Amino acid sequence: MKVVKIDKENWAEGIEKIKESYKVFGPSKSKEFHLFKELEKGEAPDLNFLNTRLSPKSMFFPQSEGILCYCLDPNKKDECNIVKEIQKDYSPKAIIGIRPCDAKAFTLVRPNFDNEEYQDPYWIKAYDSITFIGLACSNTDDSKKGMPCSSCFCTSAGCGPFNEEGLDALIVNTDDGYIIKALTNKGEEFLNKAELSANSNADELTANINTLKKQAEEKINSFVETDKLKDKILLDLHSANFWDDECFACINCGTCTYVCPTCWCFDIQDENYGDSGVRFKQWDSCMYPLFTLHGSGHNPRSTKVQRFRQRFMHKLKYYVDKYDNGIQCVGCGRCIRLCPVNIDIRKICNIMNSYEPAA
Amino acid sequence: MIGYMDKIKEISERILKEGKVDIIVGFRKGSLPMMNEPCVVKKAEDVKNLVWDSNCGINLVNYLTNRKEKIGIIAKGCDTRNIVTHIVENKIKKEQLFIIGVPCTGMIDKNKVASKVDSEIIEVTENENTIKVKTKTNEIELNKTDLLQENCSICVHRNPVVYDELVAELIEEPKDIDRYASVKAVESMSAEEKWNYFEDLISTCIRCYACRNACPLCYCPTCFVDESRPQWVGKGQDKSDIRTFHFLRAFHCAGRCTDCGSCERACPMGIKVRDFTKKLEKDCVELFGWEAGMTLKERPPLDEFKLNDPEDFIY
Ligand code: SF4
Ligand code: SF4
Ligand code: SF4
Ligand code: SF4
Ligand code: SF4
Repeated sequence: MKVVKIDKENWAEGIEKIKESYKVFGPSKSKEFHLFKELEKGEAPDLNFLNTRLSPKSMFFPQSEGILCYCLDPNKKDECNIVKEIQKDYSPKAIIGIRPCDAKAFTLVRPNFDNEEYQDPYWIKAYDSITFIGLACSNTDDSKKGMPCSSCFCTSAGCGPFNEEGLDALIVNTDDGYIIKALTNKGEEFLNKAELSANSNADELTANINTLKKQAEEKINSFVETDKLKDKILLDLHSANFWDDECFACINCGTCTYVCPTCWCFDIQDENYGDSGVRFKQWDSCMYPLFTLHGSGHNPRSTKVQRFRQRFMHKLKYYVDKYDNGIQCVGCGRCIRLCPVNIDIRKICNIMNSYEPAA
Repeated sequence: MIGYMDKIKEISERILKEGKVDIIVGFRKGSLPMMNEPCVVKKAEDVKNLVWDSNCGINLVNYLTNRKEKIGIIAKGCDTRNIVTHIVENKIKKEQLFIIGVPCTGMIDKNKVASKVDSEIIEVTENENTIKVKTKTNEIELNKTDLLQENCSICVHRNPVVYDELVAELIEEPKDIDRYASVKAVESMSAEEKWNYFEDLISTCIRCYACRNACPLCYCPTCFVDESRPQWVGKGQDKSDIRTFHFLRAFHCAGRCTDCGSCERACPMGIKVRDFTKKLEKDCVELFGWEAGMTLKERPPLDEFKLNDPEDFIY
């Protein structure tokens, strides 16, 4: 696969070129923080950020996504009482500057939307329309902010600052240029379309990347222990006595789940206005009481401790057991940084991993 | 305020040992700079875990309700006003509480601190009036007064309104503060400017409801946004539904909001949700001469009818 190094001066030009073939999305600072948005003409992705406030999961899993619409107006004979699929834009998109943790996160999410039994066409089509161009978390001059940040624990969560899973190409921001390494055919195609004039001594550049990768990994000094989770007895963990104390501060706000790249839960809602209506997918969260409320009025997770336990058991035990693919967390640290009361998944994970039931 | 720590521990330990309370609700040290975690202490020997500094902004009154124990709570000015509101609204009885009153000098806004430095903050240490901020590249000392949460910088009720014991002498309340400058700025806008202002304000709202959940006033068993039979508000990201949530939340807090800032502090998107509640607070002062949580003897104005209630704003 192609590895190239381009001058920073040529970057903006390449981005403009790319916009002819893709809709281009990238990090952009609005208000106090960075979010992913579609880049306008002449706008390059702002790569000087720690991580975006929200994960870019909404690009293919929007917070609210209309899927079907209907009409009840008897005067419209051809449409009345017919449910129609909402047409969407699945044209090629490129997302530039996604962090490796987010890209890996989506590979953990995929089995939920795309498996032998069920395929969610909306998720799959949207995801597959995207070319993921990652940005390694390395420290460079123009990113004095300093990646990785101190609440990143990706290396012990099955990921890492240069992790390639889920990416089509990886950008490494160095002092004197961007090294871009294609990882899939989609990534190669992206590079070709950008028509960047570039130095491409693949061996030298790969060696370069490997050195920076090692340096970045060494900077990570926050870790979780996950090695014993799989062997724990599920019901032991479920009935463990630490949940009460750990959940005390939680206000069940759901922030942790909304900002998380691996949280996938959604609800289906119908909204009707006059003679027409729409059915849509809507993010949901296990932290909310409504999440499990039955039509009968019974709620199997009616208390905070039950909801709190669900989030961590799902990510750190049920997922581990069901998919045998590590934990459902990539260590991006967003939930830790944005929790208003400082619930820290690293702490909970370590408590779970070391938990021994009283004999 | 870090000077209060020993006294807080001493009182907490004593009232636990004497059996005056079964638990203490306070804060323990958090895992990130400028973050503490609300916690409950059940045994006298665990009192050592309690901390108190300028990062205890989340309102603890949230944690009092629906508990059976006798509760000791470490409460700053605004917390005690929310306790008063709770008592008046029959959410809790004073007898269930032992209030450890904290004369407060204000809580730090971590976003403000972050905006003063250009790389990640690794460590923050607090002195009486300054904080030392260590980043990956640098170390600087900043004045606490420049870093206060907006509500704290205009707070004139720093002293506890009700308490069983104080951790320190009452402090002098600030004078000559224009508490409503931000509201007046919006009031002076044209209708269109106002519209744009609020549209921009909530443009990044993800409807996580952290603002609602961090507020001690929001204790309805089922919030109107969660009600599904009938469903009052759409669940999606439709703008009118987001607005509806914000407007109604604010109105539910009218005459009850103590401007503790918990809502704003909790918002992951940095939305200044107090812009809504602050206007209602101002209206309550101007129309009813009312400030929330200052007395146990009266109910909030929207709860009550008085013959001399103003009505010239009703159309
Ligand atoms: S963000 Fe924190 S307080 Fe909110 S639901 Fe998650 S753990 Fe609980
Ligand atoms: S659980 Fe937290 S740290 Fe893990 S992926 Fe989600 S937001 Fe990131
Ligand atoms: S609002 Fe007043 S009492 Fe409350 S934390 Fe701020 S300064 Fe302290
Ligand atoms: S906490 Fe912020 S993002 Fe969440 S609902 Fe409130 S205003 Fe919106
Ligand atoms: S609305 Fe906000 S400022 Fe007012 S009492 Fe609730 S949390 Fe505090």
